[in-house]
Amino acid sequence: MKISFDQALGLHPQALRLRARKMEVLASNLANADTPGYKARDFDIDKLLRKSSVDTIPLQATRPGHIQDSSGPLDQRLLYRVPQQPSLDGNTVEEHIEQAKFAENALRYQASLRFINGKISSLMLALRGE
Amino acid sequence: MSSFNVFDVAGSGMNAQMLRLNLTASNLANADSISSSIEQTYKSRQPVFAAEFRDALNQNQAANAGVKILGVVESRTPLQMEYQPNHPMANEDGYIFRPNVNTVEELANMISASRSYQNNIEVLNTAKEMMLQTLRMGQ
Repeated sequence: MKISFDQALGLHPQALRLRARKMEVLASNLANADTPGYKARDFDIDKLLRKSSVDTIPLQATRPGHIQDSSGPLDQRLLYRVPQQPSLDGNTVEEHIEQAKFAENALRYQASLRFINGKISSLMLALRGE
Repeated sequence: MSSFNVFDVAGSGMNAQMLRLNLTASNLANADSISSSIEQTYKSRQPVFAAEFRDALNQNQAANAGVKILGVVESRTPLQMEYQPNHPMANEDGYIFRPNVNTVEELANMISASRSYQNNIEVLNTAKEMMLQTLRMGQ
């Protein structure tokens, strides 16, 4: 039996990566809360995590010039938020919504981190064999 | 590591809000700077912000947008002309000019700027906390 760290940690490392990315996107939204014409952006992590196990099949490249889908599925699914109350200057950032999303994202990031830490400490326990 | 971008983005947001706060302070301080001609009179100053897409060529970073300060514009609202022939600054026709600073607007601006600044600080703190926890992973 071999120990695979990738499998031991499950989906959480990937979730951490996506959460960190989402943090950047939400931080951009909050920083541009007063920028005229700025459109708030976001993406759906749950959908991405669910999909990530399915569509990892690479594109078929039969010639050297063929472009691979190197950017990953993430940036194609960066969406624009639909504002509840759009402002006159074309800005669609609603600070309360962004703040709530940001807090939720931070919490979920910490949850994934806690899971990873738990896994690591149980692996350590198993390795020590005490 | 890409998470450091958060600090850049929040930092640019704080920079922009700080400029806005500074301009508000300048406007309020000069709200009563009377002069005798249109050219010499202080005009209300406002910042112009725009989203700055960092590293736009790199697809992966396309959505990281800091705040860019495009410049500072002077308000084109007409100045207040007042007939006060006894005023020491009055021109030959007896008029003085007051700046076009709207103090109520400026105060609202100040509150908005300080709240936005706080928002960016919160983002920064949360990001820092998350990264510190990530650094302690597995300990």
